[in-house]
Amino acid sequence: MRVGVVVFPGSTCDRDCLQALRQVGAQAEEVWHTERDLRGLDAVILPGGFSYGDYLRAGAVAARCPVMEAVRSFARAGGAVLGICNGFQILLEAGLLPGAMVRNRCGRFVCRDVYVRVESVRTPVTWTLRSGQVLRLPVAHGEGCYIPPAGLDPRQVVFRYCDASGRLRPSANPNGSVAHIAGVCNAAGNVVGMMPHPERATDALLGSADGVPLLEGLRRLDSRSRLAAGGRGR
Amino acid sequence: MSAVRAMSAAGGLASADYRELCRRLGRPPKVTELRMAAAMWSEHCGYRRSRHLLRLLPSDGPRVIRGPGDNAGVVDLRDGWAVAFKMESHNHPSAVDPFHGAATGVGGIVRDILAMGARPVALVDSLRFGPLDDPAARRLARGVVAGISAYANCIGVPTVAGELATHPRYRGAPLVNVACVGLARRELLARSAASEPGSAVVLAGARTGRDGIGGAAFASAELDPSRDDRDRTAVQLGDPLAGKLLIEATLEALRTGQVVAVQDLGAAGLTCAASEMADRGGVGMEVDLDAVPLREGGMTPDEILLSESQERMLLVVRPEAAGAIVSLYRRWGLSAAVVGRVTPGSRLRVRASGVTVASLPAAVLARAPAVRPAARPPADLRRRWTVPPVPEADPDRALLALLAHPSVASKEPVFRQYDHTVQIRTVIPPGAADAAVLRLGEVPPLALAVACDGDGRLCDLDPYRGARRAVAEAAANLACVGAEPLGVTDCLNFGDPHTPEVFWAFRQAVAGLAAACRQLEIPVVGGNVSFYNTSEVGPVLPTPVVTMVGWLPDVRRTCRAGFSRPGDVVALVGRAHPTLEASAYLAVVWGADAGRPADVDLAAHRRVLAVVREAVRQGWLHSAHDCSDGGLAVALAESAALGGVGVDAVVPDADRVDAALFGEVPSRVVVSLPDNALRSLTSLAEAWGVPVTVLGRTGGRRVRLAVRGRRGWAVDLPVRRLRAAYRSLEGLV
Repeated sequence: MRVGVVVFPGSTCDRDCLQALRQVGAQAEEVWHTERDLRGLDAVILPGGFSYGDYLRAGAVAARCPVMEAVRSFARAGGAVLGICNGFQILLEAGLLPGAMVRNRCGRFVCRDVYVRVESVRTPVTWTLRSGQVLRLPVAHGEGCYIPPAGLDPRQVVFRYCDASGRLRPSANPNGSVAHIAGVCNAAGNVVGMMPHPERATDALLGSADGVPLLEGLRRLDSRSRLAAGGRGR
Repeated sequence: MSAVRAMSAAGGLASADYRELCRRLGRPPKVTELRMAAAMWSEHCGYRRSRHLLRLLPSDGPRVIRGPGDNAGVVDLRDGWAVAFKMESHNHPSAVDPFHGAATGVGGIVRDILAMGARPVALVDSLRFGPLDDPAARRLARGVVAGISAYANCIGVPTVAGELATHPRYRGAPLVNVACVGLARRELLARSAASEPGSAVVLAGARTGRDGIGGAAFASAELDPSRDDRDRTAVQLGDPLAGKLLIEATLEALRTGQVVAVQDLGAAGLTCAASEMADRGGVGMEVDLDAVPLREGGMTPDEILLSESQERMLLVVRPEAAGAIVSLYRRWGLSAAVVGRVTPGSRLRVRASGVTVASLPAAVLARAPAVRPAARPPADLRRRWTVPPVPEADPDRALLALLAHPSVASKEPVFRQYDHTVQIRTVIPPGAADAAVLRLGEVPPLALAVACDGDGRLCDLDPYRGARRAVAEAAANLACVGAEPLGVTDCLNFGDPHTPEVFWAFRQAVAGLAAACRQLEIPVVGGNVSFYNTSEVGPVLPTPVVTMVGWLPDVRRTCRAGFSRPGDVVALVGRAHPTLEASAYLAVVWGADAGRPADVDLAAHRRVLAVVREAVRQGWLHSAHDCSDGGLAVALAESAALGGVGVDAVVPDADRVDAALFGEVPSRVVVSLPDNALRSLTSLAEAWGVPVTVLGRTGGRRVRLAVRGRRGWAVDLPVRRLRAAYRSLEGLV
């Protein structure tokens, strides 16, 4: 499986994503922000950071980069796209995911570990997990308060902030996101955005290895399609 | 008086310096030359009053690759990997504009590490403010933290450690010291000495604008509240996106092998970088100001030469590669241009619009004349060594007050605003142990540890002992995570050096740092001096701050500060006699900064640290935490609050209950461990001649402390209440 990690000017988690993907055995490569062709890739990650300094609005400038046209076609063709943190913000700005992001309710940048509950297992990152499974992942963002559009299909919610036992509580929500939403997907389920950083939770030494199954989900996508194909045949 | 001579006063050059400049040149200087000299001979750039003393600091060691005098110190790690680190102050800009002042402080120190060819992997900051009940101090603290957060987070370098303390003597004169740690391949280490005449000089990064002009001189004088507006133009504005791009582009440029030398542009901008690089290499340099990419029109040659616009690097590049290096930077969206070339000889020549505006030996600028100020101990020092008679405070109340004091309290509300997990190295996050620990995927299973210490209150009472204590505590912090020191970088923050008492304290502090580092065999590989930290309340407390970097052989064998399990044995390693002199207890509970701080017995200290370090590496300990502000009681309470596990302990007696609980003395470490490891610890300690005292046991939801030989619990508080007190900074910053 070849996974591309897009490098925007100001991406800061590109190297972390590449390292974590290689750790789980994926073939990972950089994709420069001027790239217009993503053929040959099986999945694309838009990493965290401060693309273009987030100077206008988080993700706003990056969403209008040449590579985003390519990401759009890639997604339209059913390719797996994962936006993490700033990557999530870029996907929202690009209109590939529904909703909008505003400053954290506390008004400050927040870096800490949170728990999230898996709400949907029909995405390329969660398909190997159980619904309701609780993961411990780090967040680090200043603009992570997610505002869903009116009438968001609840099946598009992929993760919600929760406490260690999976209960939804205001104190477990680091940024004031509406309905504790930490990650969403598009209607087709192949484009996912999430605020927590799975690539930072890839070793118990770092506090958690709960990000590994999410990245492994991407690496094993071909077996998922085989499964799906097998499912249809029965 | 000539026009140039009259300007020398305005330009910040004293008349003796003017005469010296004329002597060195053999003629009166041109206007531009005078301005360049005034900037380079400022205390901030020239280290004129400190240089002769800084030579006392030991900078040699078997691992040292680059020492003081370079952009940052570099020590050897293993397998061709080296670690670069340096600390610097950004006090004056932060006093005027806390957000941008602190942000550009981060940017500046990151570029120093980058200039060594190292990738920045960690930041550490040491902050001092006036008491936070004062809204002005709170505004400064919030601005500084927000500035660090904005810049450091945006460039993707984790802030992993630091300290924050408050004292009335920092009111109006905050200290913002930032250290950066970087990793480099030895063979890719960059040089900062220009060489190879004919090489191209490339200015890369952000464009040059009018910000920060006169910044070096500004940082070399006291702030004047009445001219706040004029000072404001001396504060640079940071552009963290450009800072991030500069990191990636410069590392890529260095990998081409075509870069002969590189230096960042900081104080005194292009003037400083060009003259220092030429002087270090013993070569000349020609610079054409018409080629400098400018942000705004109409800038004069002097403005271009002295601009302190951020995010710029000066590179000396093989001539045939100049075009490729320029396009490399442009690919990263940065500006770059060939602005000159290296020449034979030793002269720095600057041209603008075809006219030579300066032509002088680089050494004239780069080697500012030394000054040896008068020094005199403060007349009231001995009086301040007398501890006033104070009654014994209620131990519960005293403990809560100490835990809630900003200098002791948990810095979690600050650390939470810094991205400390980016780069996926952070094994021990800030605040969880006495030092931060970073895994090194490059050389597994090695890890780096970083700690930062400085105590202005102690140094105000005895700068020599206070500085030794800072080194000793940083080394103890490293030992508590199982790390061995690799080196030190320091930031020396003092008032006006013309004041003999201030300069005396500076001299004593440097002597203390030198003595401690020499005896502990820790090289000081770089640092920075910041004078003129003075406000209407007088000079700041003399504040030498030490950032110590260490290494661990195995990242899996480290240790945190919080009690992690109920039922563990709690023991004290080291048994020095605690004293209330110069204690945080006297200061916080009784409002008295009084007494002479206990000195550290460095030979005994080394043995205590050897025992703790080995015990951590053997995996015997479940927690290790050194006793610092607030003594044994605070150390025990902190371990309980951090781990959420209570403790019952009996502390050794002293002449008073408060001295037994809150008395301070270096070389004591509180550890917790399972019963079956106690035997191993005690025999190891015995072999080193270090006493180990069993104090009690972890467990329950209360912290109960008794004093040996005295009846009942002196302290009996729920962990919940200690935690609440420990979290007093919540909402303040």
